Amino acid sequence: MPHIKVDAEICKGCGLCVRACPKKILRLSPTVLNQKGYNPAECVDQSQCTACRSCALTCPDVAITVYKD
Amino acid sequence: MSQVVFTKTNMLTDAITHYCPGCGHGIVHRLVAESIEELGMNDRAVGISPVGCAVFAYRYFNCDNQVALHGRAPAVATGIKRVSPEAIVFTYQGDGDLASIGNAEVNHAAARGEKFVTILVNNGIYGMTGGQMAPTTLIGQKATTSPQGRSVERAGFPMKVAEMIATHEGVQFCERVAVNNTANILKAKKAIKKAFQNQVDGKGFNFIEVLSTCPTNWGLDAIESMKWVEEKMIPYYPLGVLKDKDQEAK
Repeated sequence: MPHIKVDAEICKGCGLCVRACPKKILRLSPTVLNQKGYNPAECVDQSQCTACRSCALTCPDVAITVYKD
Repeated sequence: MSQVVFTKTNMLTDAITHYCPGCGHGIVHRLVAESIEELGMNDRAVGISPVGCAVFAYRYFNCDNQVALHGRAPAVATGIKRVSPEAIVFTYQGDGDLASIGNAEVNHAAARGEKFVTILVNNGIYGMTGGQMAPTTLIGQKATTSPQGRSVERAGFPMKVAEMIATHEGVQFCERVAVNNTANILKAKKAIKKAFQNQVDGKGFNFIEVLSTCPTNWGLDAIESMKWVEEKMIPYYPLGVLKDKDQEAK
């Protein structure tokens, strides 16, 4: 199944992936803080992910890995 | 077994960048690194870091690197390329570095048709030193040295660097791109890869201007910054190919 993984320690919580996602299934975590004090991005519903890569292409920190199948 | 359709390129190190959240530098770094890797040039690549926010680019690119004096990256690149013609050389410069103090070096490198790639990251401001007005700061744009906004009477007009470079005969390929949304990022990748391909083929000077963001010094968040690029920068700095000798030859 298509899905993504966000490296929470690399993510700086800029939110560009949240804007880029056409399915609107990304958000900045309201509860998690990483070591640098940012709220990292997270996927709220992996089942809707189509592996379109929009989030990963937009991420300035290359924190997202995209998987298909 | 999951199939990976996107992951970090080997041309980027695992170091976490020092760039602010949402800074366009990270995107441009990735595009440059992926282009080099896709062309199989990892072992031949030599990067020239500028003075500015990208001064630490040598920590992030997995290839040989040299930091140049402020604005002098094209001069250093000229030396490296002439001594090692097999090297794939690129300079990675900001607008404060290239358009201001380094204006002479990049113009002469372009006029001489030096066979390397120059990436200009234009965010309209001096980022590292704290948001002063740059040659590319837009009319009316606020900076620490233009708190009322840039005025034409005092500071003149913003410099259109890509247009200026495109006038030189030695330039093989010159294009302005942006990284404000996914579609433009894909176009930017295509342009940067073409520039590197030209160098692999031994063709003259290749120049890519990338419209980028500086959320911190613009006083905007990452998403607002990307909108600002679209609404303010692109109308003044239009995107597109300004010179392509391959097309002219057809």
